[in-house]
Parts: sequence; structure tokens; C-alpha cells
Amino acid sequence: MEISRRKLLGTVTTAAATTALPMSRARAQAKPVFKLGVLNYQSGPYRDTGGITSVICTKQAVEEFSSLMQGYTVEVVTADHQNKPDVGASIARQWFDRDGVDAILDVPNSGVALAVSAVAKEKNKVHLNTGAATSDLTGVQCNENFISWNYDTWMLAQSTGGATVKAGGDTWFFITADYAFGHKLEGDTTALIKSAKGSVKGSASYPFPGTTDFSSFLLQAQSSGAKVLGLANAGGDTINSIKQAKEFGLTMDIAALLMFISDVKALTLEVAQGLHLTESFYWDLNDGTRAFTNRVKSKTPDNWPNMSHAGCYSGSLHFMKAINKIGATAAKASGKAIVEAMKSLPTEDDAFGKGSIRQDGRSLFPSYLFQVKKPSESKGTWDYYKLVQTTPAEQAWRPLKDGGCPFIKA
Amino acid sequence: MLMVLGYNIGPLLAQGMLGLINGAFYALLSLGLAVIFGLLNIINFAHGALFMLGAVVSWMLLNWIGIGYWPSLIIAPLIVGAFGVLLEKVFISKLYKLDHLYGLLLTFGVALIVEGLARNQFGSSGMAYAVPDSLRGATKLGFMIMPTYRAWVVVASFVVCISTWLILEKTPIGATLRAATENAALVQSFGVNVPRLVTLTYGAGVALAAFAGVMAAPVYSVNPNMGSNVIIVVFAVVVIGGMGSILGSILTGFGLGLLEGFTKYIYPEGSGVVVFVLMIIVLLLRPAGLFGKVS
Repeated sequence: MEISRRKLLGTVTTAAATTALPMSRARAQAKPVFKLGVLNYQSGPYRDTGGITSVICTKQAVEEFSSLMQGYTVEVVTADHQNKPDVGASIARQWFDRDGVDAILDVPNSGVALAVSAVAKEKNKVHLNTGAATSDLTGVQCNENFISWNYDTWMLAQSTGGATVKAGGDTWFFITADYAFGHKLEGDTTALIKSAKGSVKGSASYPFPGTTDFSSFLLQAQSSGAKVLGLANAGGDTINSIKQAKEFGLTMDIAALLMFISDVKALTLEVAQGLHLTESFYWDLNDGTRAFTNRVKSKTPDNWPNMSHAGCYSGSLHFMKAINKIGATAAKASGKAIVEAMKSLPTEDDAFGKGSIRQDGRSLFPSYLFQVKKPSESKGTWDYYKLVQTTPAEQAWRPLKDGGCPFIKA
Repeated sequence: MLMVLGYNIGPLLAQGMLGLINGAFYALLSLGLAVIFGLLNIINFAHGALFMLGAVVSWMLLNWIGIGYWPSLIIAPLIVGAFGVLLEKVFISKLYKLDHLYGLLLTFGVALIVEGLARNQFGSSGMAYAVPDSLRGATKLGFMIMPTYRAWVVVASFVVCISTWLILEKTPIGATLRAATENAALVQSFGVNVPRLVTLTYGAGVALAAFAGVMAAPVYSVNPNMGSNVIIVVFAVVVIGGMGSILGSILTGFGLGLLEGFTKYIYPEGSGVVVFVLMIIVLLLRPAGLFGKVS
């Protein structure tokens, strides 16, 4: 086919015009874009418990839901808050004000989450917490733009702490990370111990982050005469505490109040075997969790999903279901409206099964007490947990009336 | 039980012992920093990352090619030291004529890159490194249980620190090196290859950091963040000891370990800042540090 010069010129001009000129027209016709911002710690101690795997799980939800999106699309953006509340809050502001982000997910470190949650409320956007543990987020610090997904300090205290007390561990010594999360975890567990007529013999709050040697606190724990060492910390600190407890021949029972599967991997089964821990998700729990893990594990082969990662998947799916319910325009206009819609819909997905979200923003799923397998019981990497006890959703979380969430009273 | 200032002597002794163990790491690390600063005038901010690299290399040697702890104590510092030599040749040697700040910024950048790469490769949870069989077990001291490995750390660190000090202060090589830092041109005129000497000194300082890393691997998990946790304290040690003073950094390292140990017992929340409080006091009263020479 012969192409005349005029025709060629015409084609080029049209092409240029369609790409350059009608930007505004294209925008007017385009579907609204919802942005999910995964804000977590990608460069430090909490990288494995959140980090890139949270981003992958969020993208997985968007990919799986794409055919069901009614008149909108969803993008995932991500940033590193470096474990600093001020950095987290300023990224949140920038995302909401400038970049059109509609919901922020993950946000490990309770200190950062408390700061980000306040920004989300101020800007009427959504904060879906899957990373921070403090139960204050759905208690005295709750707000109507916030949902907490997979765990909190009360639930951990109830499950791991409750089981330890029931097994006769009625005197405790705490080693506590000196920030919002550590103190809340210690406080929630202490309340539980006292309600069971147990006592706390002492506690040591260590500077966070930056402490690597726990031997000093371990010796204090040993000399306190308590039966149980409660670790109100997380990540690398928990790993080092347990490792050094073994090294110094600590004879107390250890209650690692917050532990993730990546922590067990780092400790090795030889050291971690027999420990009890609580998660609301484990990849090998049931057909749904296995199916979900099978879909994502090739994308994150060195770090299989834990409850926080699975929470990003599950929370994102539910977020999109809520947009479908109220329509993209209403959802774009108000984060509070999305959260209300999320609360009104029952949740259901492969990772957490069926569940619901309470008025104070607390998602209700069962919690699971696991025991770490012996090396001889494990079939290989990631085969680490034995299910010991399931706490049903109605009992796993702090009752609504005890939380002190201000807008519930109003 | 015997009491000191209202505290039982047993736990105090135990905390002192633990402080000494941590002090051994501070001393080893600040020693390398002091050598590099004292002789090369470079503020080596990459020291923590190189400490971590020592631990990571020993982990790789064990898990990838089956080389155990004892050979690693030599091989890992050699490998990381060689990396240090490369670093000095390619980058740092270009900065000797410039202000200290440039060296600090460069090595800080190197630290971020090395730590970032390690985190990307190994994650942040860390990898376990078992205590060698011959150093397993623990001894009951009456007031505490002393793991054999920790006792070994104190002894080995002390021996390495004293040997380094002796080499620098009491041997002809040390004398040449110190002379070269005072007047490079003069020493060069005696036929000494000063640039090579400087490169090797940097390599040796880095190897000391890596040696501390191998020693630390069984105590802490081998973790890409392990260096950034200690480097700031180690800098405080060097400042308190007197920038560049070898003996000062050794004594201050052990001393601050003790101070931190007691603080962890008496007021745990303050254990993170006690070193810096002391640093401020020392800087106010004696700006050149406890053992530094006033210039």
C-alpha cells in the first residue's frame, strides 16, 4: 500500500493531537482512580513483618477484584515511614493532599499509626490498620475513618497471656519496648493477669529502637522469682530476647506476646520450639489460607504472608466491596462513608474467612493460639505452627463497652 | 546479702559482668574507628556497616561453603578488609586533602548502600548463627550464669585490643605509621610507600570491625541492621575517649559498657541515653576527650 505524504502527515498530526491536546477530555471521561497507599517500614527491623510483602498482598487483592470494580480503577502506591511518627504523618498528608490517595494501609509501629490515624480523620480519608497493635486505636484514640484488621494488644494478651495463666503461669516479669505498643501490650496483659488473680513481679522498659542486648533484663527477670517472662516487644527485639534467654539458661516460661512467622524462621525451630504465639492468620490453617498463600508465595518466596500481610489483602478487598456498595462518586467524596459501608458489610475472603467489623472499627475474626513445632515435626521451611486453641470472634476481642471509644458514647 | 547503695551486690556484679561483655564489643569497634581517625583523619561512618558485613560474611562462609566459626574469625576480616582496601583506593584516598566532613558523608553513604543491599538480600529478621560446639555451655558463677561464649568474647576482645595498641605504640611499623601521619613527605623520603601504608591501615581498621562482627554473630542474630544500632554509641565512645586515642577508646569502650550495664539495672529506660549524657559532660569539661591530647 502506498502512503501519500499528505496522508502520513495527517496521521502523525492526529496522533500527536490525541496524545497531547485532549488530556482534559481524556481525564473527564476516565474512570475515577482510587489509590491505596501501603505505608510501612521497608528499611528496618519491621521490614519482614510488613514491608514489601504487604504491598504484594495489596496488589494481589486489586488484581483479583479488578473484574468486579464498578466504574472505577484502583492503584497501589507505597512509601517507607522509617518507623518515625513525624515522617509517617507527613507522608500521609502529602498522599492525601497532593497525590490523591484514598486509603492508607498497614502502618506498623503503634506510634506511627496513632499519628497517621489522626491525619486520615482530619482529611476524611481511610486508615486500614493491619500493622500496628495498640488497642487504643479502636479504644480511646478511635475515630470514624479507621478500621483495625487482624490483631491488637488486647487480643494477643487474651490468647497467649490467657493460655499461659491457665497453664499455671500466674507470676510475671515483663521486658517491654519503651513506646506506645510495648506499654499497651504490657498493660493489657497485666489487666488479664490480675483478673485471673495472678501478679506482676516487675518489668523493665528498654529504649526502642536500638537495644540489641537483653541479657541484663533477662537476669533481672530471673532474679525476680516470677514464673513467666512476658515479652512485650516485636520483631528483632523478640528474636534477640528469646535467643539470649536460651543462652543464659533462663528457667522461666517465655510468653512471646507478639510473634510472627518470620521471627520463628529467624530463630530456627531448634531455639523456638515449644513457644506459644497468637496470630489471626497462618498459611496452613485451612483450604482458604492455603489457596491465598499459593497465589502470592511465588511473588514473595522468601517471606510468606503473616497476619499483617494477609490483613492488607483482606482489608483491600473489603475496601473495594464498600466502594461498589456506595458508588465511586460517594466513596471519593468521603472516607467516613467508605468506612461506614465497610462496617455494614460482612467480610469474607480466603485469608480470614467470614467476619464482621464492629462500630468502633474493630474487625472481628477468630484468633488462633499456635505452638511452634519441634524440628522433627516440621516438613520444611514455613511449616512451623501447630494449632493449639481457637478463640471465637465473639471472645477474641475487647468488648465494645470496655474500649472507651469516644464516638461510640456520643 | 551485701548491699551497695541500696542494691544487692549479686545482681550488681552480674550487671557489671554483662556490661563488660558489651564493653568488649564497644572497645573492639571503637578501636578500629580510633585507628582510622587517629592515623588517617577519616571519620569512618561505614564502620557499623562493615561490622555487620563481618557477621554476614561469616554467615555466608558457614552456610554457602561450610567454613565454620574458627576459620571465619580470620577469613571474614580478610575479605571485609580487602573490601575496605578497595574502598580506600577508589573513594576515600581522594578525600584526604578535603575537610573531614566529606569523608564522613562519603562513608555514611557507603554505610547506607551496604546496609540497604544486605537488607534487600537477607531481609530484616536476621539469620541464626550457632555458637561453635567448643564454646557452648555456661558456668555458674554464684551471682549469675556466664555463657562460655560471652566469656570468650571478653577475653578475645581484650587480647586483640592490647595487641593492636602494642603494634601501634611499641613496634617499628607502628612508629613509621605514626610518623607518616605527622609528616608524610618526610617519611616518604626515607623510601616508605606512604599511600600503601595508609591504605593498609584503613584495611586493618575495617578488618577489626569485621572481626567484631564475627564475634557478634552467635550472640545476636546476623542482621543487616545490627551495625546501625551500635555505631552511634561507638562514636560516642571514641569522642569520650578522645578522638584518635587508641588506649582511650579501649578503656572507654569497656568503661562505658559497665556504665550502661549498671544503668540497665537501676533505670532501664535511661540506658539508651546515659552514654550521650556522659559525652556531653566530657565535651563540656574536657573537649579533647578523656585521653585525647589538646592540640
